[in-house]
Amino acid sequence: MTTTTDTTNQTAGRGVIGASVTRPDGVAKVRGEFEFSSDLSADGALWGATLRSPYPRARIVRLDTSPALGIAGVTCVLTAEDVPGRNAFGLVDADQPVLAVDEVRFVGEPVAIVAAESPEACAAALAAIIVDYEELTPLVDPEVAIDPTSEAIHPSGNVIRHQRIECGDPTVTGQFVVEGTYEIGMQDQAFLGLEAAMAIPDPGGTGVELHVATQWLHEDQAQLAASLALPTDAVRLTLGGVGGAFGGREDLSLQVHTCMLALRTGRPVRIHYSRPESFVGHVHRHPATITMRHHADADGRIVKIEAQFILDGGAYASTSSAVLVNAVTHTQGPYRCDNAVVDGWAVRTNNLPCGAMRGFGVVQACIAHEAQMDKLAEACGISPLDVRRINAMATGDRLITGQIVESVAPVLRCIDETDHLPLPDMPLAPADHPYGLPGGAGLTTDATDVVRGIGYGVSIKNLMYSEGFDDFSTARCIVDNGQVTLKFATAEVGQGFVTIAPQIARTVLGLDVVDIDTIDTGVGSAGSTSASRQTWMSGGAVDAACRKVREKILEAAAAQMGGASVEYTVDNTDVVHLGDGRRMPVVDIVRDRLYDETVEYHHRPTVPLDQSGRGDCHTAFAFAAHRAVVDVDVELGLVKVIQIATAQDVGRALNPLSVIGQIEGGIAQGLGLAVYEEIIMDGGHIMNASFTDYLLPTIADMPPVEIALIEEPDPQAPLGAKGVGEPPCISVTPAVIAAIRDAISQVRPGPVDLPHIPVRPMDIVRAARGESLSRIMAD
Amino acid sequence: MVAVNHGHPMTSDVVSLDRVDEIRGLTLDGDVVRIGGAATWTLIADEPVRSTVPALAQAARTVGSPQIRNAGTIGGNIATASPAGDSLGVLAALDATVEVRSASRTRLMAIPDVIIGPKVTSLEADELIVAVHVPVVRGWQSYAKVGVRNAMVIATVGVATVVNEEARSVSFGLTSVGPTPLRCPDAEVAACEAFWTLDGTPRTPTARDIGHIAELVMEGAQPIDDHRSSVEYRRHSVGVLAARHLRTAARTLREQ
Amino acid sequence: MRKPYQLHVNGQTLDVLDPVPGESLMTVLRERLGLRGTKTACSEGECGSCSVLVDGELMCSCLVMAAAVTDRAITTVEGLGDDGISDIQRAFVECGAVQCGFCTPGLIVAAHALLDRHPDATTDTVREELAGNLCRCTGYGRIIDAIHSVAIARRGGRP
Repeated sequence: MTTTTDTTNQTAGRGVIGASVTRPDGVAKVRGEFEFSSDLSADGALWGATLRSPYPRARIVRLDTSPALGIAGVTCVLTAEDVPGRNAFGLVDADQPVLAVDEVRFVGEPVAIVAAESPEACAAALAAIIVDYEELTPLVDPEVAIDPTSEAIHPSGNVIRHQRIECGDPTVTGQFVVEGTYEIGMQDQAFLGLEAAMAIPDPGGTGVELHVATQWLHEDQAQLAASLALPTDAVRLTLGGVGGAFGGREDLSLQVHTCMLALRTGRPVRIHYSRPESFVGHVHRHPATITMRHHADADGRIVKIEAQFILDGGAYASTSSAVLVNAVTHTQGPYRCDNAVVDGWAVRTNNLPCGAMRGFGVVQACIAHEAQMDKLAEACGISPLDVRRINAMATGDRLITGQIVESVAPVLRCIDETDHLPLPDMPLAPADHPYGLPGGAGLTTDATDVVRGIGYGVSIKNLMYSEGFDDFSTARCIVDNGQVTLKFATAEVGQGFVTIAPQIARTVLGLDVVDIDTIDTGVGSAGSTSASRQTWMSGGAVDAACRKVREKILEAAAAQMGGASVEYTVDNTDVVHLGDGRRMPVVDIVRDRLYDETVEYHHRPTVPLDQSGRGDCHTAFAFAAHRAVVDVDVELGLVKVIQIATAQDVGRALNPLSVIGQIEGGIAQGLGLAVYEEIIMDGGHIMNASFTDYLLPTIADMPPVEIALIEEPDPQAPLGAKGVGEPPCISVTPAVIAAIRDAISQVRPGPVDLPHIPVRPMDIVRAARGESLSRIMAD
Repeated sequence: MVAVNHGHPMTSDVVSLDRVDEIRGLTLDGDVVRIGGAATWTLIADEPVRSTVPALAQAARTVGSPQIRNAGTIGGNIATASPAGDSLGVLAALDATVEVRSASRTRLMAIPDVIIGPKVTSLEADELIVAVHVPVVRGWQSYAKVGVRNAMVIATVGVATVVNEEARSVSFGLTSVGPTPLRCPDAEVAACEAFWTLDGTPRTPTARDIGHIAELVMEGAQPIDDHRSSVEYRRHSVGVLAARHLRTAARTLREQ
Repeated sequence: MRKPYQLHVNGQTLDVLDPVPGESLMTVLRERLGLRGTKTACSEGECGSCSVLVDGELMCSCLVMAAAVTDRAITTVEGLGDDGISDIQRAFVECGAVQCGFCTPGLIVAAHALLDRHPDATTDTVREELAGNLCRCTGYGRIIDAIHSVAIARRGGRP
């Protein structure tokens, strides 16, 4: 892998911004000492477990928990009537019950919870609970859900949100018109660290302490307080070690259940989900059907886009309305477009609930708009790269919502630098190891069976939250006799905020010994670890808190060294007089002093979209381009991704090694969506709730990655750095699919359509034969 | 163990075979490899099986991961009798014999007599697979399996092809396209005619011969639709794999 | 309750009291012996997070019955490296091969087995030998880097 940035560990250096500092929890993690939430225990702790609905839609006719109570070791069994406060939760609307009442709306919906002395006793208790269900016909087709005459499966109705966007002149047409319908399947976050929490009740049940792997401590806290009928400050959350999140921990899963059992029994309670349970225990990426029609002029310039989005939100709303807004507002992609008509629906079905997953609606939009750009290129007779260059957005251009893109927008650079990254040196189908060929270990394929294709994708992704949501972050900086302690509630889920926070502090304060205090609700909210926002928001909060301390340090320096604080600055580890260069080590200035500053960092305000989809609803944007090289065995429809190349607009790499880690990890997830990952639903039932049949990319499937970091610091970002978490997983998926289309086009003439994502082997086989694939759902 | 892990506790006593050395190894005895029932895939993927029964070593190497290959055994594969079992098509194509022992008797059975349905064997409750006797044949052989990922997949389709130059036969063992591993009598007859003339002289099969044989393999398959794949894809890919095997076998014979 | 037995883990002989019949080695290590370095992510041998060495052979501890390995030498992540940290562990940290860290112990164990068997492993061999260890955060690039850097260092710097 080559990059344009030095990633060598500057262990001799101070570990400031820009250095590839190693993670402070790295040693503990490699030794197996780092405590994940599933590693926590407490004396006298009980185990908890959840009884879940086996039906996608049913009425609960009878629920009898008494047989479970008679089982040895079972301490308590709770149902909906035992929820102390509000039996409802939800990130936008509280439309989901903590425990089901009268009706279940998805397979896996929690119906009852038990606490017992052992996991075996829990299992026996669950088996003993009697639930009589009256099965109802599930609603599983999102297009039916849009129909106002369809039977409402929830009191709030079947349409979670409809959003229209009207931009410019809807009657305009182009010389070239290309259209496509794209069906994107349901992806799972599949974080390895299974859901786990431990709740410890206060004596008398006046409060509770919850250790949980989550993305947003304070949001959990607020929802818990409401459901437990406790004051907010009586619900104290501490971040348990998180084994990945990717959006799947933003909604509540086991938090209220664990606390309810702890409060009722008066003992600590642990709940651990199994993998099959995890598949139904958290929200997934929205499956989507997207139709787009692009009009272009003779030169290939986009004149108008028409689009329709249908997102299947599953049984409960979660963040579906925000995902929809993200999707429709990114319809145009990173390209100029003056005229557009877009209709988007997020609907309710009895499929698994969907919500946040890395990319948050933009993944789906990008798959569609990039396939469209390739169609446009073909229709206009220009190359896929040139059609993107011609239309590329720049700073100052508008989205179809009317919002001006004020962010640094180096779209052309992303495209060009990706194009310039070296192509792989690998011969077509190397003979020395099966892993070089499609089919890999299965020995299905020979060199003569393989064709190589190249494809591209480019993306725009909003950063932070939108539509008026003030997702601020808080940080506290304490300097006590030179020892710096940072306190924040920013959820570390593996992305490395705990690495860059001290880097920021060292840079601002000139002090090198930086500790991070326990991540808990003992400080203000940091917002969610999602939306590629923490470097900007929590980094901004840490930066601001440290600057406030620094200001006090400079005042102390001025008092000692003379003059005013504005005459001084921090340079490396010294306070320096800007005029005459006199300097004094910071450690000396801060000796025996205590500084303590807490800052809330807010981004600039945004507004909701109006009925015509107009409004400055997003905060900032980041861009990326990907190129995929794939080898395809078209006869069997098997794919081997040979190389991914990417140029990503990162603003500023605060820690280059961390950024590369985010990019490679995001690419793996995008590659998974392109060719492997889909939750298969049948009549509302999940068919592949295990890693045997929900296939994540293994090390044998991931290709080498070439990376160019584009560092044009964004003046709006507190540290110049943009979020880097989501852009890597967005345009890589359409790039891989485009490469597969390119490979297929070499064995037969004519346009190639691959409308279903992930692309299945039979899709490739049929496309190579020239059969039409439109709207084919089955393999 | 997966069942136990997912909450189904062991209800009876379990006897571990890990210390029964005589069933954990393998021996080469002239033209038979005797593989202990508790021999692991790691052992089977290596020499001497790699040189003497290459298709079986290939099958062993495609199983799961190194972790699985260090723990999984050929006896376990047979006793589980999954329609997708990686060794089963190879063993069927080679007419391997399974040595089954109880306190009272020993039986030697062909694979179709052991595996009688999807995940159903004819083994009695007190019987143990102590060994598999695998013929060493002269000729090209291979095992290929289709899976979406590069590694760690349950076969969507598996094809084992064995050319036996001495017996002048070609056999196919198919997995994941029927309730049990399948042989293809019609295809095997056609392959025999394509590879040797009536008086036993080797000949080179034509592309049309290969296509015809592959079609017979496809017709002999009994695939189903499930969440992993479809009838259409399974039937199609079984034919592709068979054709590719025949092409390579023919080329190998030509080059000799 | 069955009678207690002993397991040999990381060079120590440990008592397993109050065992549950048929329990996996993974469960015994974590819940009975307090060795929580080995992680549970799927309990069906598909992810490798629970990987340990049994007589030096890499296995998923979720697929091993604890009571069946009483006479074997079991090595977990806690038992690797002199002074509690091995060159492989150090390299994972240095090369950025750790993000959330949940897959890390299993990967570290697998990497030890890999380099013990294949000190001159090519990238393809690294991929084959680690195909049983899923990672959802890193995309594996830094992991491959870490392993190559150790292999080179062990060879005295020869690439």
